[in-house]
Amino acid sequence: MNAIAQYADWIYLVAAVLFILTLKGLSSPTGAITGNRYGMVGMALAVLVTLVIAPSPNFALIGLAMIAGAVIGVYRAKTVPMTQMPETVALMHSLVGLAAVLIALAAVHNTDQHHTTVQRIELFIGCFIGGITFTASVVAWGKLSAKLAAKPLKGGWVKPVQIVLALGMLGFGAHYFITESLASFWVMTGFSVVLGYFLIAPIGGGDMPVVVSMLNSYSGWAAAGIGFTLGNSVLIIAGSLVGSSGAILSYIMCKAMNRSLLNVIFGGGMGGDAAAVAGSGEVVQRPYKSGSSDDASFMMGNADSVVIVPGYGLAVSRAQHALQEFANALTAKGVTVRYAIHPVAGRMPGHMNVLLAEAEVPYEQVQEMEEINADFGNTDVVLVIGANDVVNPAAQKDKQSPIYGMPILEAHKARTVIVVKRSMSAGYAGLDNDLFYMDKTMMVFGDAKKVVEDMIKGVGH
Amino acid sequence: MNTTETVAQAATAVVASLPVEQLVQTPFVATFTIFVLAIFIGYHVVWSVTPALHTPLMAVTNALSSIIVVGAVLQTVDIGGQQITLTSVLGAVAVFLASVNIFGGFAVTSRMLEMFKKKKK
Repeated sequence: MNAIAQYADWIYLVAAVLFILTLKGLSSPTGAITGNRYGMVGMALAVLVTLVIAPSPNFALIGLAMIAGAVIGVYRAKTVPMTQMPETVALMHSLVGLAAVLIALAAVHNTDQHHTTVQRIELFIGCFIGGITFTASVVAWGKLSAKLAAKPLKGGWVKPVQIVLALGMLGFGAHYFITESLASFWVMTGFSVVLGYFLIAPIGGGDMPVVVSMLNSYSGWAAAGIGFTLGNSVLIIAGSLVGSSGAILSYIMCKAMNRSLLNVIFGGGMGGDAAAVAGSGEVVQRPYKSGSSDDASFMMGNADSVVIVPGYGLAVSRAQHALQEFANALTAKGVTVRYAIHPVAGRMPGHMNVLLAEAEVPYEQVQEMEEINADFGNTDVVLVIGANDVVNPAAQKDKQSPIYGMPILEAHKARTVIVVKRSMSAGYAGLDNDLFYMDKTMMVFGDAKKVVEDMIKGVGH
Repeated sequence: MNTTETVAQAATAVVASLPVEQLVQTPFVATFTIFVLAIFIGYHVVWSVTPALHTPLMAVTNALSSIIVVGAVLQTVDIGGQQITLTSVLGAVAVFLASVNIFGGFAVTSRMLEMFKKKKK
């Protein structure tokens, strides 16, 4: 036991390296599985060492808490449907945030520990980041799982409330720092928890992919903050890895949605008032072609190459399995089928890839935007299903459009376009889509799943 | 001079120039150094993650940030011979929450990665 305690920091270092390898493994699907195991080993090492070096740990309480946590965690992990991954991840962030708060509170109440000036600042920072992450993630979870209204909280009073809460939080934190007043620490924690709610409530449901990534980052910083208090390198390293990971994902999401991070956090922009006016003000009835699912399956059955552009509408109607069946039917007829994924195709980064993977779409058939965009010009038929803004050519052509500059899948360059959609209504950005009115475009109206099932029958004969 | 030698010399020079004593005296700078370097590592490693695996990335980073369980364990201790104190109870709840995340995070990540693997064939 003593030997382990003596080498505790070395073992923490091993754990930290294993965590880095975990993330590194994710550069390919095969390496990722090994990477995930590295992560588990690293975590086990870190926990075991801590149990050895902790001064008089309460093994009964710790054991009980871990077993209960393991049972619930594994059960949830095995049963959660892949469509619910975004809200599940949001919920997990909230647990990290709450844990950080509880640790900070436990530490300030720990009469065996004296906290130096620097440690008091670190406790304060770790606690308030945790508090914000906790309630912010709960709100994000509520919006993603439709338990809370996706509509943003609006009004001129929101911003002043945010500022008052932030100032109150910092003020009481400073008071704790100077006087070591426990009461102030609790009040500060309370302010941070309420602030978390008011930070995310004004953000609309459509921006949740960015928010979830951002909270991913926060949960990392909260862990790093606690790591500073403990002077524990593995916490700092793991926290920073997670923090930068979340930050990069937020950046990628923002770029794919043509938004700046500040713009998401402070509201406005797409989906806001400006876009709504632009969209609803000039709805002109324009002619478009529509056809039946039989027409669609006939066209695709006789094509050489088909690219499928899935959007979140596909996941909403749970059509991904049927879609893959249809793709297999086409492949059997000698048609080359590929999927084109826009970075914001799902409700979180990479969500659509997981949904397609669950439907057993081969990894090689699924291509990212950069890989496939050059190929649209040589494609016979593009099947757009449940997607809208991500194929809107206005992003490239119309400088007045709020989505101008947003990277899109260049479906309009294909020889023929088939769009499966419920109606002609506008997408999330509230914009009309020129793609729907092109001569080479055929609209097929209906529920995605129903249409795809009909198309499968169509290919059969 | 070959590359290995150059690297070895450069490394020695760097190590020699490190204000080791100062680092020991001011642990905050030491921990802050780790913090900054870890952010750089994270930045580079995460950019190499394929976009197709961004959801598993988020799930696994969730499990990793639950490394705060270490902090929770260090608070779930007997204080002055007392087993149940505000500190130990708060600590235990934190251990519970972090454990849900650790086990759940790794389990759901491997479940997702299995789906990607299945179709490799």
